[in-house]
Amino acid sequence: MNSETATVKQVAFEKDDVGNFSFPESHKFDAGYGLTKDTVDYISKVKDEPAWVNEFRHKALKTFESKPMPTNWATRDLENIDFDAIRYYLSDGAKPKRSWDEVPPEVLETFDRLGVPEQERAFLAGVEAQYDSEAAYSNVKEALADEGVIFVTCSEGLKEHEEIFRPWFGKVIPTGDNKFSALNSAVMSGGSFIYIPPGVKVKHPLQAYFRINSENFGQFERTLIIADEGSEVMYMEGCTAPKFETATLHSAVVELVAMKGAKIQYITVQNWSSNVFNLVTKRGLAHEDAEIRWIDCNIGSRLTMKYPGVVMKGERARGEVISIALANDGQHQDTGAKMIHAANNTTSNVISKSISVGEGRSTYRGQVHIPKHLKGCKNNTECDALLINTNSRTDTYPAISVKGNQHVTQHEASVSQVSQEMLFYMQQRGISEAAAMSLAVNGFINDLVSEFPMEYSVELKRLIELEMEGSVG
Amino acid sequence: MSLTIENLHASVDGNEILKGLNLEIPAGEVHAIIGPNGSGKSTLSKIIAGHDDYEVSEGRVLLDGVDIAKLAVDERSRAGIFLAFQYPAEVPGVSNANFLRAALQARLPEGEEIDAVAFYKGMYAKMDELEMNRKFTSRSVNEGFSGGEKKRNEILQMIMLDPRYCLLDETDSGLDIDALKVVAKGVNSMRSENRGFLVITHYQRLLDYIKPDHVHVMADGQIVKSGGAELALKLEESGYDFLKTA
Repeated sequence: MNSETATVKQVAFEKDDVGNFSFPESHKFDAGYGLTKDTVDYISKVKDEPAWVNEFRHKALKTFESKPMPTNWATRDLENIDFDAIRYYLSDGAKPKRSWDEVPPEVLETFDRLGVPEQERAFLAGVEAQYDSEAAYSNVKEALADEGVIFVTCSEGLKEHEEIFRPWFGKVIPTGDNKFSALNSAVMSGGSFIYIPPGVKVKHPLQAYFRINSENFGQFERTLIIADEGSEVMYMEGCTAPKFETATLHSAVVELVAMKGAKIQYITVQNWSSNVFNLVTKRGLAHEDAEIRWIDCNIGSRLTMKYPGVVMKGERARGEVISIALANDGQHQDTGAKMIHAANNTTSNVISKSISVGEGRSTYRGQVHIPKHLKGCKNNTECDALLINTNSRTDTYPAISVKGNQHVTQHEASVSQVSQEMLFYMQQRGISEAAAMSLAVNGFINDLVSEFPMEYSVELKRLIELEMEGSVG
Repeated sequence: MSLTIENLHASVDGNEILKGLNLEIPAGEVHAIIGPNGSGKSTLSKIIAGHDDYEVSEGRVLLDGVDIAKLAVDERSRAGIFLAFQYPAEVPGVSNANFLRAALQARLPEGEEIDAVAFYKGMYAKMDELEMNRKFTSRSVNEGFSGGEKKRNEILQMIMLDPRYCLLDETDSGLDIDALKVVAKGVNSMRSENRGFLVITHYQRLLDYIKPDHVHVMADGQIVKSGGAELALKLEESGYDFLKTA
């Protein structure tokens, strides 16, 4: 698209449509189109990586090439991804700045518009801001650094903290877990590495913002969070991209490790434009008495496939997935959860609410696994779908495999519609049809929205209102 | 000033339900409509409110002289028409306070925000009059409400939205006598020379507490008899049988 002008390219930019703008590209490093061994070597070279990482990438590339698309169970829309029409690495250099003053002006303006520096000042303990393939900015509050908290990009993590990083890297989600985890492992760039020392409880959230600016591009961030014994951390991620004519690929791998008694909350608010294929693998490993919660809000994208999981490896570990998905016209949210019970007295909870608007389609896929030799495991799964229009669609595929008789599981699912009667009632009180619809949708997800930190729940409600505009009439 | 219904014909799925109904409710008066089941009483209130299940084939509804045929449901509400429902809908996840606030906000000019402190103060005062628990504000609209709570909620909304014309559809159904008294007190507190009421009911009972200025008997989609408050009493004694001979 290489725009010749030096101004911001705004595609039908409106004041509320915060994510839909882009700047002309000026990348120093561009791996070019398509994915070969050379691409992998190019990335390793730009990032000046140790040999073991380069080997890891090459192995992953082979795995990626050997694995078929999972269209035996997933949508055939995956076949529309043209891997040769994507650029796998675009950056101005691999080293993030520690001060916003040093960030290039157009990148700074991008994150300013998205409100990132403002949020950092207001309530965050640390921020990483990724622009295409690399973080432009990464910083953590000094007080936390003094306590031994590490919050750096993944590239920095694997080089500078290899002794902590390497034992867990690729262990929660092996390269060959699925085709897209293999793809990520081959071309990963950006993402966060976080280490919280034993007993340290980080009060304020750490945040990463993933921004795609370029067309025909794939973003493959890789995140590893390790919370050592008894520590606590909340990590937030936000994502946006401009609306391009062509497909954009976002394929992340996120691994969480909660050691004994640690707590990790991982919160996502994604608002991808409707050309993005968002194929993400997220899983956490919870040791004894540890707790991992995924709080996930998926708005936008052409196709999202994401099933955050928790492997409860230690006794009394807890896993939770709370997810909200909104599928508008031309969008398919294929989301869910995986709960793998691997120790006695482990507890998991899945609450999923999806909203299908217009011709949008939402799919819930859940997997709960409790093997026969365990006892005292509990799972609760609730999935509720709300259909806004008569042509909206939802599907539910729960798979609960519970062996043995010493466990408690319950599963509830519902599909509802915003009834004409409800709309008439609200309108009779003077509320416009669009506002009434928006109110009904916010009511549907209200109990889940309250799980998000206040700053994000406000944003979330606003995003949903925007999505609901034009859905009626 | 009046809510005027002229020769109204309306149908649903091809069945004519209103067959040339005429009624004038001047501001300052309380009119009651009584009539047997299926006479079209509830339909009338929904049509005035603008429900799009019904097709108006003839006649018109005038709000202070202005034909409201082209106004959408929410526009009619903001123009001053309030319908207290017989069966109010539930709105899961939306608190009563937020719902009322959204309804009041919809009446403000663009860019203006409701003063939250004044809003809560006003709402609490009205809730006290209606003997409603404060906890009610954070409960979802009508969800899990008893019949009496739903009706009180309708009256609370009516008071808060300060409409020009109030339509009460079978407000007494499902109420015990104590709740009925409270609800009637709320309605009576709103009576003023600037406001008109249409009270639709199946029973005389409600009219013991909300004294109507005029009573109309509705049957088969028309007003068949009009009179003063005594008409309702007469009907209570002799039933609707007289309609057959009248």
